[in-house]
Amino acid sequence: MRAGVTPLVEVEDLHVHFGAARAVDGASVRVLPGEVLALVGESGSGKTTLIRAIQGLQKPTSGVIRVDGTGGSSPGHVQTIFNPTVQMVFQDPTGALNPRQTIYEIVAEGLRIKRHAGSETEQVAAALSRAGLRPPERFFPLYPHEVSGGQRQRVVIAGAMVMEPRLLLADEPVASLDASIRGEILALMRRLVDETGLAILVVTHDLGLAWNIADRVAVMYLGRIVETGPTEQILENPRHPYTRALLSVVPETREMEQQILTGEIPDPARIPAGCRFHPRCPLLQSGDLPEAISSRCPIDDPGPTPLEAVSAAACWAVTSGVDSTAIGLNPG
Amino acid sequence: MTSIAMQRRRATASRVWAQFRGSRQGMIGLAVLLVFVAMALAAPLLADVRELNPVFARAQGNPQWAPPSVFPPLGTDYIRRSVWAQFVWGSRVSLFVGLAATVLTILIGSVVGIVSGFVGGKVDAIFMRVTEWFLVIPFLPLAIVLASVLGRNVWNIIFVIGITSWPSTARLVRAQVLTVKQRLFVDRARSLGAGGGHIVAHHILPNVSGLILANATLAVPISILTETTLSFLGLGDPSAASWGKTLEEAFVNGAMARNAWWYFLPAGLGILAVVLAFTLIGRTLEEIANPRLSRSR
Amino acid sequence: MSDALLSIRDLSITYHSQGRAVPAVRGVSLDIEKGGSLGLAGESGCGKSTLANSILRLLPAGTEVTGQITLDGKEVLGLSPGGLRAVRWTAGAIVFQGALHALNPVQTVGDQIAEPMSLHRTVANDDAAKDRVVELLRRVGLPAARAESYPHELSGGQRQRVLIAMALACDPHLLIADEPTTALDLMVQAQVLALLDDLKEERNLTLLFITHDLSVLTYACERLAVMYAGRIVEEGPAWEVFENGSHPYTRALAAAFPTIGDVGSRMAPSGLGGDPPTPGDLPGGCPFHPRCPLAHDACLPAEPELRISGEARSAACVLV
Repeated sequence: MRAGVTPLVEVEDLHVHFGAARAVDGASVRVLPGEVLALVGESGSGKTTLIRAIQGLQKPTSGVIRVDGTGGSSPGHVQTIFNPTVQMVFQDPTGALNPRQTIYEIVAEGLRIKRHAGSETEQVAAALSRAGLRPPERFFPLYPHEVSGGQRQRVVIAGAMVMEPRLLLADEPVASLDASIRGEILALMRRLVDETGLAILVVTHDLGLAWNIADRVAVMYLGRIVETGPTEQILENPRHPYTRALLSVVPETREMEQQILTGEIPDPARIPAGCRFHPRCPLLQSGDLPEAISSRCPIDDPGPTPLEAVSAAACWAVTSGVDSTAIGLNPG
Repeated sequence: MTSIAMQRRRATASRVWAQFRGSRQGMIGLAVLLVFVAMALAAPLLADVRELNPVFARAQGNPQWAPPSVFPPLGTDYIRRSVWAQFVWGSRVSLFVGLAATVLTILIGSVVGIVSGFVGGKVDAIFMRVTEWFLVIPFLPLAIVLASVLGRNVWNIIFVIGITSWPSTARLVRAQVLTVKQRLFVDRARSLGAGGGHIVAHHILPNVSGLILANATLAVPISILTETTLSFLGLGDPSAASWGKTLEEAFVNGAMARNAWWYFLPAGLGILAVVLAFTLIGRTLEEIANPRLSRSR
Repeated sequence: MSDALLSIRDLSITYHSQGRAVPAVRGVSLDIEKGGSLGLAGESGCGKSTLANSILRLLPAGTEVTGQITLDGKEVLGLSPGGLRAVRWTAGAIVFQGALHALNPVQTVGDQIAEPMSLHRTVANDDAAKDRVVELLRRVGLPAARAESYPHELSGGQRQRVLIAMALACDPHLLIADEPTTALDLMVQAQVLALLDDLKEERNLTLLFITHDLSVLTYACERLAVMYAGRIVEEGPAWEVFENGSHPYTRALAAAFPTIGDVGSRMAPSGLGGDPPTPGDLPGGCPFHPRCPLAHDACLPAEPELRISGEARSAACVLV
């Protein structure tokens, strides 16, 4: 972490439980001003629940969410107060837009809610053109179904940017878009960061997206961050066996030997004891781990990655200094 | 800016109208309804209101039980009143009671449905238990008790119909609100800092209003039929000559036995026509609001 | 190609909706040899799913289809209803995207897998069908007990496996997979791709794989065809086309999914301006020219035909 920079958002030991299901189970994450953090995980990892909690759309069970240095100060205290400095971009732009509102009304909605002073028309126009919809006046009277999917996502981004947020939470922002549109939207997001100093926390299962725009990556598994670090380090030299397995199955990475994990993410209502990844861990299954470590995995929880860590992996093998890269690649 | 929005709204309205015009059943319903509305509005021009008064009728020298051939256009009843006058003025009462009771039904039903669906939790549970309670009360006994307790006048009839027929609307609206509430644009509004009132006004209502409108047009015929039923059972307003009341009097005074078809047929056909007209319009609006219905036919 | 299992010649498909003709596929020819695999790439509205459905004649009534489709030596477009039934499932079967609505919600998955077998009488009796269902479930990596489950009790990956088992029920020669991994997570996608790969080897299946993700196709198929606005704009060996596309659209699609570790794409997402064209409202000349970074005057007069762009490769671009 850069010295002297106040984090824009800090999530500390967050828990969101739905009955017995622990969707988020002790996640800690921080985003600094002007950076893009990619929160990577499969469905069921709790990544969407985590950002919904930051936005205040989901009530946390316990934990602290500090936005811009404000918010709950004591651990266990829950804050869900709406904060206009945090805005959200959704996976499905079609669903995120009210079909009965014009694009002008959609973008102006935030301004009207916070009773913003100044010319509404000018600000809506500015937000639309910043989102790449030019000339903005042409889009004012259109309904969402009258523009393309990519343009709809730009409307969602304009509707968020009009609030002048400092942090944008993006939930799979390009997953529902056509391949050729994807790059344009990602380029727009990166440009907003570089030009306005915005920070983005983007949730995705797409590692290529992280490579395209993220400064840092946090990998989530069963409600927790299991590995975090700078993008190059995580995507080129991952240490946690889960991250390594994920990367090995990206179709674009041909050099790595595939490690296809069996089964799917376990039910969050039945999180395995010890290390939550141990039943699927290829490292443990390879039998190459020293007895001192392999006996520990099913019993001892390595715990979540700490909030302050610049780079960390929640894995007994990694914390014990075993070179996991040497073992994981050559099973048997 | 709002002017552009208004223009677009008008464009939407004209699109709905164009779709409506394309539907034969809808246009037939609308034409029939317009005839009856015109008749109700023009009642003073079409028939002397004093014709409803038996004293006036006797003084006029009207015959008793006269068929249309003797006393045009629709003959007279057992106390010499003109059936045509009863038919014309009855359309006023029937349409008014039908519409007013519908407004009440839809108002209660929509408010309960929206609050219940949107707020959820305990409020929803309580509202829905109350709704179910109203839903399972046998309608007629309740209506009879209410009518006799409250007294027999038009406003009480409207109240009785409204209070007993809102539950189905409430359940329908609630179900729709529950689906709209799940939509992503509601989350989006929340992340913009919108409160419940804003979300209901800008996102929930516009997306359930089509359903409410369609439901309203379908509730009118039910209200009219209910009014007819109550009047027929003798629970109607004795001073208001509704179609239901005409049918009741015709029945009680043996019009069937006398084969005095001109006495009960106009009111009966009037009810049938208006009910059918509203149903056709409602069906058409429903199909426009929910295109899947028309495709699956 | 004489040993082609599937051969399509000059196929055009036009939908008619509200009095308007919408050309979805415009003159497509392609071949897949027995045991081969072809990946068909393209974005929404490019006609790739229409093409897939036409092979088993699954298009809505009133759709205009011209050209030739030869599957397993049979002219699909000229088949009688009886002959068509035989072609469906036994000659070729389709695996749809594993969404919930692809399966009947009130039938157990076992019954749904057994259905095509009893329809085509490929099994002697109910007991034989049950055995076969269990065998198929095992083959796609699901426990036999799953036969008693209903679709909503399964995860997306498990539903996709069920759909694959269903398609395999009558031992088809051609397997058409329409976006079978799109809704799946990375790891589950890898599991399904590996399963398809194994099945292909083991049963000498011919595979037509359709998705918008070029990298998945490159991984799963030997050859690759890229569709844009109802036509094939490039075709060739998968890896070569992905790595070194001749058509600017192919290059844009390939660049949309960056190679991790590739310095050029780091912090530089790459995309195309504009939107995919709507069928029925195509730009004149080369339909790609409004979005093409290399467009010039030569692109305007006429739509370019596919021409040879390398060994066993072709592309439809004036620059080739």
